[in-house]
Formats: sequence, C-alpha cells, structure tokens
Amino acid sequence: MEKYRIDKSKGLEFGIFTLGDHIPNPNTGERISAKQRLNEIVELAKLSDQAGIDFFGVGESHQEYFATQAHSVILSAIAQATENIKIGSTSTIISTSDPVRVYEDFATVDLISDGRAEIICGRASRVGLYELLGYNLRDYEALFEERFDLLLKINEEEVVNWSGEYREPLKNAKILPRPKNESLPIWRAVGGTPASAMKAGYAGVPMMLATLGGPVSAFKNTIDAYREVAERSGFDPATLPVGTTSFFFAAESTQEAMREMYPYINEGMKLTNGQGFPKQAFAHGADPRSVINVGSPQEIIEKILYQHEMYGHQRYLAQMDFGGVPFDKLMKNVEIIGNEILPAIRKYTANK
Amino acid sequence: MKIVGISGSIVGSKTKTTMNYVAEEITKKYPDADFTLLDLADYQIQFSDGRNYLEYAGDTGYVTKTIMEADAIVIGTPIFQASIPATLKNIFDLLPVNAFRDKVISMFVTAGSAKHYLVIEQQLKPIISYMKGQIVQSYVFIEEKDFHQKKIVNDDVFFRIERLVEDTIVLTETYTKIREAKEDKYDF
Repeated sequence: MEKYRIDKSKGLEFGIFTLGDHIPNPNTGERISAKQRLNEIVELAKLSDQAGIDFFGVGESHQEYFATQAHSVILSAIAQATENIKIGSTSTIISTSDPVRVYEDFATVDLISDGRAEIICGRASRVGLYELLGYNLRDYEALFEERFDLLLKINEEEVVNWSGEYREPLKNAKILPRPKNESLPIWRAVGGTPASAMKAGYAGVPMMLATLGGPVSAFKNTIDAYREVAERSGFDPATLPVGTTSFFFAAESTQEAMREMYPYINEGMKLTNGQGFPKQAFAHGADPRSVINVGSPQEIIEKILYQHEMYGHQRYLAQMDFGGVPFDKLMKNVEIIGNEILPAIRKYTANK
Repeated sequence: MKIVGISGSIVGSKTKTTMNYVAEEITKKYPDADFTLLDLADYQIQFSDGRNYLEYAGDTGYVTKTIMEADAIVIGTPIFQASIPATLKNIFDLLPVNAFRDKVISMFVTAGSAKHYLVIEQQLKPIISYMKGQIVQSYVFIEEKDFHQKKIVNDDVFFRIERLVEDTIVLTETYTKIREAKEDKYDF
C-alpha cells in the first residue's frame, strides 16, 4: 500500500471527485459560465483541503455539457491552490493521449503539489473524443491496453525502451521530470462489471470502481473477482488499493436529501446519457444496502461503514456536483463531510 | 403523446403499405397524438458501433433520437430468413439496453405466407422485452394474399389494424397514468 501512498492505519480515505460536467441548474434552467464552473471546481478543492478531505479528483471529458477537457491543467491549478489534499484524475482517458505527455504532465503536477498527484486511467464511457482527437474507435480496447502498459512502464523506469503498435518506439528515452517520490500511484478505472475488474486484477494495479446504483453486495462480487484474479496472477491483493465511487448528497433528513438531489441526477443523466434516472431506481438509494450515499449525515456514515465492511476498500470518492448542483450546496456538503462524516469514518476504520 | 412508427425494411412494399394504413389510422382517429413515421428506406443509417445513441450524427442520430423521445412505438416489419430484417435489428443495436423503458411497443408484421406467423414470438418479442418495452401482446400479421397492387384487400386486416392501434393508444395512456401516479407517490 505504501507504493500507492495509502496508510491503512489512518482508515478509509474519503475523497470528492467531479467529472467536470457543465449543466444548467434544472431548478432554474440557468447555466453558469465555463469560467465560473472551473473557478468553482478549484474553489471546491480548496474547501475540501481545508475540511481535511483526503482526495480531490477531476475527470477528462470531451463531450457537450462538460468543462474539464484539459483536466491536467485544472489539476495543476488545484495543486497550487491546496496544501495537503491528494489530487488526481477521475479519470484520464489514456487511450487517446500519448502516455509520455500524460506522465510529463502528472509528474509535473506531482512536483508542484509536493508529491500529491495520482493518475486514474479510464477507457471513456463516451467515444466522441476518438473522432475529435483522431483515433479509430475500432482500436478502443487495444489503444487503452497498450498505452496503459506504457504509462506503467514509464512510471517504473526512468529510461524507457519500448515499441508497440500505436506509437513510435522509445529508445533509451528519458521521461522527465520524475515525480517527487519515485513513482506515481496509477489506478485503473473500472465500470462496475466483474469482467472489467478482472482486467485490473490481471495487471496487478489499484482499482477505482464506479458504483452508479444497485446493492453493495453486487459490487462486492466485482471486488472479490478483482482480488482473486490479482492473486492468481501473482500479485498480493493486500498490497493493492481498492477505491469506489458513487453519488453523494447529505442533508438534514433522507427525504430532504432525496428531494434535493433527484432533479440534478435525473436532468444530468438525460443530457449526458440520453435517459433520465428512473425514480424507482433512485428510491433504492435511500436503502441502507444501496451504493448511493444519499441521506442524513448519520445515515451516510452508516452506509459508508457498511460498504467498508463489505468491500474492505481503502478509498471512497463522492460525486456530489453532477447535474448543475449550485456551489452553495456543494460548500454545505463539504462542511457536513468535514464536521460530521470524516471524524466518524476515521474513528471506526482507523487502525484496522 | 408521441408515437413513432418504424417501417423496418428498405426493400419490398408490404410493410411500407401497412405502415401507411397505420399512419392514416393514427392521424385520423387520434389527431392529438404527435405521430412520426420513420421509413428506414428514406435514411442512410450506419451500423451500430456501440457508442451512446446521442453520439451518432446525421440520419442515424435523427432516427435514434426520434425513437428515444417516443411514448409509443409501432413497429412494422417483414420476415426475412425466419427473422426480422437486419435493418430493423440494427436500429435496436443502435439504442441503449433499456431504450424501451416506459415505452409501449406494438407490432405489424408482413410475410409471404402464414408459415412465418410465430417468428415474431421467437425473434422480435424477446428483443423488445430485453429492452424493457411494454408490449401490446397481440400483433397484426398480414400475408401476401391480403395485398394486391400495394393495397390491402382483406377487410379483416383493417379491423385488426384498427384494434391494435386502439390498444396501443389505450395502453400508452393507461401506462402513462399508472407511471405518473406511481412517481407522485415518491416524495422526491
């Protein structure tokens, strides 16, 4: 775990992440400017840092209704604006970027932030960026696998000799700068199915698992599959961090949290995915067995502790800004996390 | 109520002829319904490559978005090689897995002979069910001998079309009411 800068004695890490969506507030129909959205993301990272939150992530997305196409540039601004919080990508689409440039960027962010940068690599749930950046969608899997492997190699070796199908070979190439502490934590983003998680297991890399909806027990199966495959592939699962992500919204009561959150999730899904979030499915979010962390602070604490008991994971990332949630509500949530949720989670998960 | 008709083949005339009758029945008897007929022969539609339906451009994007906005879909299809035509299957492949959630689907089927009657039960209904559609269980099956010179010549077919259109509208209205009542019960 040390390699990935995880200190288990401190308990479950709690982070916040954004996909960088830039969506009109469904209650008012108004959309803030891209400039304001980006400033607020940096501001949210600062507040998260001050609240003692462990991690802040910004994802790369190139489609309409998003503002974080240049996510590493934003992370660089966050590196400068924050002191202690770990920062990373949620996620970087390595398939359509040169791993050398990605490594240069994140090693730089790591130095600016004094050793706080991480990379989470994903395959993209949307594919518009293939056309935009000049790649063939038919190479979707092969591009990811080759480039992810190369990124891991660059992370291990300062001087790289490499050849592959989708990039010119590297001969005694020195990839600089190097991160502050030898290597960067590099995770693989996984979309929820065991088949996808097993790929992270084969590679023996940390897994960040998106859990959009459904029971915790279903995602436990996915995590078990990941650890089993990692072990069979010669890795020690005890050294490999697991993280999960899910929707998050805290308010005075469950009813209030559900009422406040639903329009954002529903409208946001409609605009970015083409289908709303069915009320029937969202109603399950109130159930203690659900992966959706919506409710009163006490209910959320109990949910996260239950998830931790089931998953044995090292980091939870909350998505609370999806669908045009206004900044004052995000600030309020950061305050609740810092004052109520973090102390309880640390109390029960530290030194385990 | 948005109703979209699909004429699922780019060759032949029986399905197109049938869907024209269906269109007339809907627009004449239910003028408040917003009806669009998509004759696949009129569009250049690419094969599905797995992307989200919002990401398709041109005709493909128009057809997928129009279907996704519908409350009810009336599908017209011939039977080819004991199944539905590839052009219609491609439409399903272009859409998300839950594309027909909260949509009512009815089917108008044309074929060379009565031997093809059960193909829909085995080939089309399972796809609609998988995609979460509310199926109007009875379908209209029309065979070669019911057509003459691009017209339907069997009066019983008109009655069957009338009934299925009515059932489709009634089920859509009912289903919408049930869903709204159910959603109102949630306090969010």
